[in-house]
Parts: sequence; C-alpha cells; structure tokens
Amino acid sequence: MTRHVVAPVSEFPPGTRRCVVLEGRRIALFNVGGRYFGLLDRCPHQGGPLSEGVLTGLVEADAPGAYSFSRPGEILRCPWHGWEFDLATGESRFDPRRHRTRAFRVSAAPAGELRAETVPVRVEEDYVVVEM
Amino acid sequence: MTVELLDRPSREAPAEAALRIADCDIHPSPKSLEREIYPFLEKRWQRHMERYGARPRQPFLNGPAYPKGQPDAARRDAYPPAGGRPGSDLAFMREQHLDPNNVGFGVLNPLKSGQGLQNLDFADAYCRAINDWQIAFWTREEPRLKASIVIPYEDAAASVQEIERCAGEEDYVQVFMLNRTAEPMGQRRYWPIYDAAAAAGLPLAVHAFGFGGAPITGGGWPSYYIEDMTGHAQSSQAVLTSMIFEGVFDRLPGLKLVLIESGFAWLPALCWRLDRVWMRMRDELHRCKRRPSEIVREQVFLTTQPMEEPSRPRQLVECIEWIGWDRLLFATDYPHWDFDQPDRVLPSWVDAEKRRAFFTDNALGVYGRQMP
Repeated sequence: MTRHVVAPVSEFPPGTRRCVVLEGRRIALFNVGGRYFGLLDRCPHQGGPLSEGVLTGLVEADAPGAYSFSRPGEILRCPWHGWEFDLATGESRFDPRRHRTRAFRVSAAPAGELRAETVPVRVEEDYVVVEM
Repeated sequence: MTVELLDRPSREAPAEAALRIADCDIHPSPKSLEREIYPFLEKRWQRHMERYGARPRQPFLNGPAYPKGQPDAARRDAYPPAGGRPGSDLAFMREQHLDPNNVGFGVLNPLKSGQGLQNLDFADAYCRAINDWQIAFWTREEPRLKASIVIPYEDAAASVQEIERCAGEEDYVQVFMLNRTAEPMGQRRYWPIYDAAAAAGLPLAVHAFGFGGAPITGGGWPSYYIEDMTGHAQSSQAVLTSMIFEGVFDRLPGLKLVLIESGFAWLPALCWRLDRVWMRMRDELHRCKRRPSEIVREQVFLTTQPMEEPSRPRQLVECIEWIGWDRLLFATDYPHWDFDQPDRVLPSWVDAEKRRAFFTDNALGVYGRQMP
C-alpha cells in the first residue's frame, strides 16, 4: 500500500472536490462536511468522469408516498447517465454486487507521518492522504 | 449547474491508432439568441420572439413537453467553463468531445429551431435563421462539423423553398425533421419535402422528439419522462411504417432515410411484422410494391444512440448482424445526458472491418463525404 499526499487540509475544505492522477489512474476526491472520500474517476458503465457528478443523498421508500432522505452528500450521480454510487464503498445503488467503482481510503494525517510525493510537506500542517 | 473542481487533469489525447469516427448526432446551442440568432432573424420576428415567444404545438402552456433526466437534458460535465449552455461553445466541444473521441466528421442536429411551432411564418423565419447560424458559427469555424437544413415541416411549400435555398451550400449534409409530426410522416402533405430532399441529393434525417400535438403513446399522455424515452422507438417505428405503406420509397427510390436517436434493436422485429402483413394485405395499398424489409435494406439507416444495452453484449451484436453492419451510423448525442461513449459501445471482440463500417464508413457513404 502506498500513501499519496494530495493537498494540505487547508486547501481542501468541506464542500469541495478534486481530481488527481495517482499511479496513472484518475481519482475523484471529495470533502463532504469534513469527511474525505475517494473513487476511481471512471464510471463502470461507459467511463463517465465521476469527479464531475452531482452529490446527492439516499432516497428510500417503504411505501408509495412514504420516503426518507438520508446521508446527504454521500451518494454520487454519474454526470452522464445518472448511475448512483455510494461514496464510502464505491458500490452502485441499483446493483451493488455487480456494478461498483473502486473506493479509496482518504484521510487527514499530520506531516510527521508522511514522505511527500506531489506536494512539499510542512511540519505544522495536516495533509490529505490517499491510500492505494 | 456545473460542479467546481479544484483540479481537473487534462484527458489523454487519443492513441494514434484510434479510429477516426463519424458522430451523426451532435446538438449545438446558441450562446445567446441576441448575439447569435437575431442577426439572421428579421426585426419583426425578433419582436415576436420577445413578445409572444416560441409556441410549439403541444398541450402544455408552461414548461417543456418533456421533463428531462438532467437540466437541459445535458451531461453534467458538458457545461462550458466559460459559461453558456452545453453545446454552445465550440472550443469546449473540441476539447471535451471532438478531439479526445477522435471525431473527424460530426453532424449538427439543432433541436430548438422553429420546427413544430404553431405560427408557421415564425417557424419558417426561425428555421432559416438557425440554418444560417449553423454555417456562420459552426461549420465555417470547424471543418469537421456539418450542418442540417432544418425546415418548418408542417408547411411543405415553405420547407421546399428553404431546402432549395440551402442545398447549394455544401456544408449542409441532410434535410432535418423531428419524428412527432402533426400527421403520420408518410402522408402526402409532406411529400414535397421528400421530393425536394431527393432532388437535392440529400438524405432525409428524422430525429426523435417534436411537437405534433398527439401523445407519444396510443393510450394518451404518459406520466413519466422514462416513458417518453421509451416512446421514441415507437415513434420511429410509426414513421417508418407510414412512409413505407404510403409509398414514399416507391415514389423516391433514391431517397435515403436516416432515423436518429431511437435506438435500433426494434428494427428486425418490425421488419418481420411489416413483411408478414404486406404479404397478406398489400392489395389494400395503391403503392408499396417492394417488400418492406427490402425497402429498409436499400433506403433506411439508423443512428445508434441510445444503444440498447442487453446484459449479454453478444445479443446486441447478434441483433446488429440481423440488421446488417452497413445500416448503422454511430452517434453520441453530445452534449446530452444519454450520450454514448464510442470506445464503450461495442464489445472488444468485434473485428476492425465491422468497427470501421459502424463508426465511420457507413456515415461517409450515406452523406457522400470524405473525412475533412
């Protein structure tokens, strides 16, 4: 497993997203309310760029007219055909077992733990790190 | 509408070996009516647009006939960074679509063009403006793109005039209609249009959607967009059935019909049915001397998008075998949300010769063009 430093925490605030190339692969990164998520930037359907999808929530219904909305901002809709994925797992909503995109662990880490790869690391800052 | 990305790594350029493709369904939009369309529209019609707007033949007073799966029916990533509607920025269209997908020949199909408007004089003026706009803002700037002659098809006489006005300009590659007309498309009120297209040597292209005033289903107005999406295939089948049995193809054996954005997997079953009823009941008809499937084999082409996606891709290929690899013209529908990505639509084991026909040669043959 390799840890890749992608940005200082201060430059990746909540409500923003990035797309980075790591080990030759495009990775879509999201900061949703202080939690970080990472997905392969490629929809398993036709290859749409997931980094440009709309973030929405989970709509579930037990009966007609009775629905609930949960996990706001943690479900991603592909910008092309609207396939929905769980940011945390990369699983599609409609067929989680067969259709999924790869999810990566993304977290903040203090500079002391890191060997910088793409950005110079300063000791006084925390950094956003992707594990691959 | 667009999402803000802090970084956006550029896409890789296509491999040199990648096939240069034709895309037979690209939808351009004006950046602004005032700057791009009004220069081609008389003052009288500019005022009309401002005061009364464009009123299509549809029962909904407010909003479009079709709710859309996405705003503007567009890919969410197709909004130009410099602003404007998806499909309105040529530089961004090159960057996002024409260059990375190696499109060497692209056909523009403007959808908001005056077609199907109730005011026939306005429809005529607006269609003319859209035709001039395609040349001035698109094809003159980008030789890979070709234009459609949009016509106010509910007024055949005005349509013929417009076909004749445009036909000499070689950037126009087809006469363009929408498939939901006021009456079935084989009926003779539309024949002068087909005669003019054939005389000009241009294919007749019929795209999904339109404003005929009738619901898309035999049972009335559906509740959901998803039903409209499904209905396009039925509408195209109705177009084809009407044109065959009314005798359009007997009258014009040189006419090529291109059906756009209705899928294609329905065609074999329709041909089987048409042949069967024709064998038994053709004495009802005055025209239609050829077997329907033979007419289709000789005069009808279909663009591919939205491709059917069976869970076993082999079944899709089998269906194409039934239709013939020489009948289908690849199309993406860029920048719309139901876009088909060229490197993902056929299984990898389909051979190079078939790919060439499907992605390139069929289109160049139908339109009689070379790659620019």
